[in-house]
Amino acid sequence: MAVRELDTQVKTTPGVLHKELPRRAFLLKLGFLLNGIAGVFVGVPVLGYLFSSFRTTGPFKSWVPLGPITSFPENKTSLAKYQNPNTRPWDGQTTDIPCWVRRMEGEKFQIFAINCTHLGCPVRWFEQSHLFMCPCHGGAFYENGSHASGPPPRGLYEYKYKIENGQLWIEGGQLPTLSQPV
Amino acid sequence: MIMIERLRNVALWIDERLYISRIYAATAGHTVPRSSSSWFYVFGSGTLLCFLVQIVTGICLALVYQPTAGQAYTSLEYLNYQQQLGWFLRAMHNWGSNFMVAIMLLHLAQVFLFGAFKYPRELTWISGVVLLLCTLGMAFTGQVLRFDQDAYWGLGIGAAMAGRVPVLGPAIVHMMLGGPIIAGATLSRFFTLHVFVIPGTILAIVSMHLRLVLTKGINEYPVPGKPVVKETYIEDYEAGLKKEGVPFFPKAISKDLVFSGLVLMGIVFCAAYFGPAGPHGVPDPGQINTAPKPDFFFLWLYAVLSLMPDYLETVLMLTVPFIVIIVLFAVPFISNTGEKSPRRRPIAVLSVLGIFAVLASFNYLGTFAPWSPKMDSWTSTTLPANYLEGRAPLERQGAVVFHSKQCINCHSVGGAGGLRGPALDGVATRLTSDQLVRQVIQGSGNMPAYGKNLSPAEVAAVVSFMQTLHKPSEAPARDATLARK
Repeated sequence: MAVRELDTQVKTTPGVLHKELPRRAFLLKLGFLLNGIAGVFVGVPVLGYLFSSFRTTGPFKSWVPLGPITSFPENKTSLAKYQNPNTRPWDGQTTDIPCWVRRMEGEKFQIFAINCTHLGCPVRWFEQSHLFMCPCHGGAFYENGSHASGPPPRGLYEYKYKIENGQLWIEGGQLPTLSQPV
Repeated sequence: MIMIERLRNVALWIDERLYISRIYAATAGHTVPRSSSSWFYVFGSGTLLCFLVQIVTGICLALVYQPTAGQAYTSLEYLNYQQQLGWFLRAMHNWGSNFMVAIMLLHLAQVFLFGAFKYPRELTWISGVVLLLCTLGMAFTGQVLRFDQDAYWGLGIGAAMAGRVPVLGPAIVHMMLGGPIIAGATLSRFFTLHVFVIPGTILAIVSMHLRLVLTKGINEYPVPGKPVVKETYIEDYEAGLKKEGVPFFPKAISKDLVFSGLVLMGIVFCAAYFGPAGPHGVPDPGQINTAPKPDFFFLWLYAVLSLMPDYLETVLMLTVPFIVIIVLFAVPFISNTGEKSPRRRPIAVLSVLGIFAVLASFNYLGTFAPWSPKMDSWTSTTLPANYLEGRAPLERQGAVVFHSKQCINCHSVGGAGGLRGPALDGVATRLTSDQLVRQVIQGSGNMPAYGKNLSPAEVAAVVSFMQTLHKPSEAPARDATLARK
């Protein structure tokens, strides 16, 4: 039988694959099987690569220095920047993450994330009225970070801090959100 | 003559192998109802044209643009000021996207009003909805590629919304940002989406959309009183084509061509006249004196997010988009047959008008954002002279407190200042001095309590200033019990 005729027969006769052409049927099954296995070998690494950032546990937060505590006057709130601990060479200016440092007296600090708890816009400190205000939707916070008014559902996010050898350190490196505050 | 004959033979030789004439007959030359050659039917091809403009200008921009967080901004500035005609290509890409979104919405409204989603064109509608979502995806990712302050904080807003998802929130935020925080990886993935993933999807779905237009035919101009009946529709449609069908090219395409030419000229004109958009401000997170705002396609969303009641916010944010998308997909199944003409579908017409009115009002509100405090009002706003003239020193001092304590960032006086809180002209007629003191010290849901932040002397001053805020013809509010004494 010519190949073409065979082909037509295979295409048009129901059941012919199994009954009359066991070798061809076997090859077809083998082909599917081989490609299936190969597909897993190709697909798993690709998906693993793609979804690697789906992982949220990991060494994302680290202790990073904010500078000597003497650079923060007592009873003042000032803007500070820390370097993202997970930075990559091509991150450019996005490496420097701002935060608000409030030094109460002595070694008592409060360090707030810059992000409003409503939708993440950068809050601004107003020394005169002792308020943080958000330019986006008008959220306001008192100087201790608690919610003063507007749509934010909670007070400002607060970083953990420690003081070592006169240096102020905070645990930073993660964008704070409602489900994962700082 | 011999030359022409030879060329003809070459053409025939090629056609014999590539079947170009058959492809032509099945596509550009296919028969359409004569009634579909209408000015209402030009928006689909208009959208497609905008997409082509986006492809061409996008490829050009990709030759210069650097998709890294460290250099994207500089490369945009380079495009604007150094690269020959870079500003124009950027402007074309920006205006192409504006036109594409706008014309696509017109197309959506038109096919909805003309009942084009009904039997047998359900899939045409559904693929169109996918294209709409892809286009909005392009608009958002494109805004991120213009890597400036708006882009940086816009990503923060997206992350803050995603972060509200229960349980999966943190994982979704990581997935979206490509890590725990907005950085180079974030821009890289938005670049990949904007340049490879979404355009590829659009090309595939557009092919399907056009294929469906060929297999199921373009919707005939609806006639009132001629409903879609499943059993007879296809037969009737084909009979109509035989009776008075015309080839799409050259009979039905003329209006599309005119419209396309106008759209192209519109894009070129707007690009040349208005120039490129941004970039606005270096994407340095430390530059916090910024008020991020989305492009016009998302201004309505910005407004909605600001105006929703706080207690409903998270629920609405996480459910409404999905409900809207599900409803869009369900449209052809909710109303599969029956009347197509807008003259017989008052609810459809009213819905479209309602939706457009709502979107337009939200967009209008979004442009001047009355809910946002004016962050620099306390240093930049002047009070009209008559608010200070002939006032006692304490009252004048109150005006100073009103400015220096940033009250004016949220409250306006004499038309100057923020709109977040109520305007305070005439406040003296609404609140007595005791009520004013209470309001200043304790605040309320939408106003911070100033008790700890103002000295008693400052409270006294600002309240005495408030008490001057009434028209000469109106008496200030007085406590009823005191009034009787």
